[in-house]
Amino acid sequence: MIAALRHKRFAAIGLLALSGLLLWLMAHLVTARPGILFWIGVLVLWALVWIGNDALSGIRTSSPLTTRLRNLAVPAIFGLTLLLLWQLAVKGFGIPLVLLPAPSDIWSKLITSLPTLAADFVQTFLRAVLPGWALGSLAGFLVAVLCDAWGFLRRGLLPLGNLFAALPIVGVAPIMVMWFGFDWHSKVAVVVVMTFFPMLVNTVAGLQAAGHLERDLMRSYGASWFDTLVKLRLPAAMPFIFNALKINSTLALIGAIVAEFFGTPIVGMGFRISTEVGRLGLDMVWAEIAVAAIAGSAFYGIIALIERVVTFWHPSYRSRKDP
Amino acid sequence: MAAASVIEARELSLTFETADGPVYALSKVNLTVHDGDFVSFIGPSGCGKTTLLRVIADLEQASEGAITVNGMTPEEARRQRAYGYVFQAPALYPWRTIERNVALPLEIMGFGATERAERIARNLDLVNLRGFEKKFPWQLSGGMQQRVSIARALAFDPKLMLMDEPFGALDEIVRDKLNQQLLELWARTRKTVVFVTHSIPEAVFLSNRIVVMSPRPGRIIDVIETNFPKDRTLDIRETPEFLKVAHRVREGLRQGHSYED
Ligand SMILES: Nc1ncnc2c1ncn2[C@@H]1O[C@H](COP(=O)(O)OP(=O)(O)O)[C@@H](O)[C@H]1O
Ligand SMILES: [Mg+2]
Repeated sequence: MIAALRHKRFAAIGLLALSGLLLWLMAHLVTARPGILFWIGVLVLWALVWIGNDALSGIRTSSPLTTRLRNLAVPAIFGLTLLLLWQLAVKGFGIPLVLLPAPSDIWSKLITSLPTLAADFVQTFLRAVLPGWALGSLAGFLVAVLCDAWGFLRRGLLPLGNLFAALPIVGVAPIMVMWFGFDWHSKVAVVVVMTFFPMLVNTVAGLQAAGHLERDLMRSYGASWFDTLVKLRLPAAMPFIFNALKINSTLALIGAIVAEFFGTPIVGMGFRISTEVGRLGLDMVWAEIAVAAIAGSAFYGIIALIERVVTFWHPSYRSRKDP
Repeated sequence: MAAASVIEARELSLTFETADGPVYALSKVNLTVHDGDFVSFIGPSGCGKTTLLRVIADLEQASEGAITVNGMTPEEARRQRAYGYVFQAPALYPWRTIERNVALPLEIMGFGATERAERIARNLDLVNLRGFEKKFPWQLSGGMQQRVSIARALAFDPKLMLMDEPFGALDEIVRDKLNQQLLELWARTRKTVVFVTHSIPEAVFLSNRIVVMSPRPGRIIDVIETNFPKDRTLDIRETPEFLKVAHRVREGLRQGHSYED
């Protein structure tokens, strides 16, 4: 029985390794316009990888470590297969670079342009996205707390905030460039405008999230507004606040890149994308997109990790084990 | 010697205005609770037991009539932290450990760290939850959570305890045990307890006065004095005197129902 299971496991992994390797070889060797047999081979190998990955995801694991490894491997294999198919399609059908560069083209562009990409990353991500995200989120949070302390502020500000949120970034960005100049300051301003409102709305909602009994308890202690805020309502609002932080991480990246389309010094991810599109350097555009995707995912992932630590008590994370 | 009155309600009424019209949760309630009393409210669901307790606690305001707590308005009494309230659900804060849940009122009321530690230990002992200090509420059973909420209410040592069906969700065995412990605590500390239940044996065993209530409109239909010794044990539930009182409570509850149909 155990032996049979073992066999199944090895069979799945062996199938994956073999078909994956073959697919990789084909992607490596492919030249323009291969014959029909080549494409049939690709389809068969793809099917085999698919079956192998499905078997892998169904394998019963014996330890937490193998479970984790398995849970990482399945989506990784899926993603790699997509990249290989992309490579095969672009090279096999001879698709021109301006339409869609192959992953190998993007990769070689990426490693030969590292200094440029790094400078763009610093300009856009470190100087605009991060500070703008932090400032906008902090401002939204503080205004939400003020709204909570003074009801008239909430009634006055929330509709105004709605207006804010509806402002199109393509309208805001040029105005901010006029106000704050071409450099990163105007990009920070755009990001602040974009991230302020999601945090405001989420925090206002979060501050209402504590249950009735939990509030009555505070009231029965004759607790002050501040004590109630710090000991009950803010902790209860944390899932909402982290939700806003995650939404804002995505918005900030989009905002900073798009804002650079409207005037910038000659550095930055948005600047690079817009100029390289003009020069038909699509491999560079895709390299920037790859950097943006990796940075954005990492940013989001880190916030999500902190969220797990801070809201460990929330039903979606907690376990009966000790945290 | 007449003990000072802790709660005094005169012609107290409370009407909730709802979308489906008014709900008469309390109607012309007269009640006096003396210092050191153990008073139970008993009656079917919706007869206003919780509402009456919440009016005493200033969590709800009466529409008509007058009420004082310790000779003050309920609001003044609440601000002076006159009472500890045990809700129908534990209402523990899930981000706090058990000991920090018990510490919550102590932090708010400005007790020092050593005093806090001592009171946490003493009250967790009282509800038999030593060793669970570092656990989180969701790691405990419902009965244990409710005991934590009792320890939390006792932590700042209020003279008056308001308890809303604290043992309602517990099984019979745990309930018996906690009843016995609560009675001993009451006899020892001379606290005043106002206790909501819909269990007749629980009410008769614990109380020196039983307030029988009836719904629509919520009102008091009988007040029964009992005279059991303070150091009684669960065994008295088999005695003729006990059964006589229980019978009178049951009669009261039945009479209350006959108003409707
Ligand atoms: N906040 C409220 N709004 C409207 N109706 C309420 C509210 N609280 C209680 N009631 C109604 O008042 C009546 C008495 O409720 P309650 O005091 O909770 O009864 P009990 O605790 O005896 O079961 C019920 O009919 C209930 O539906
Ligand atoms: Mg009730």
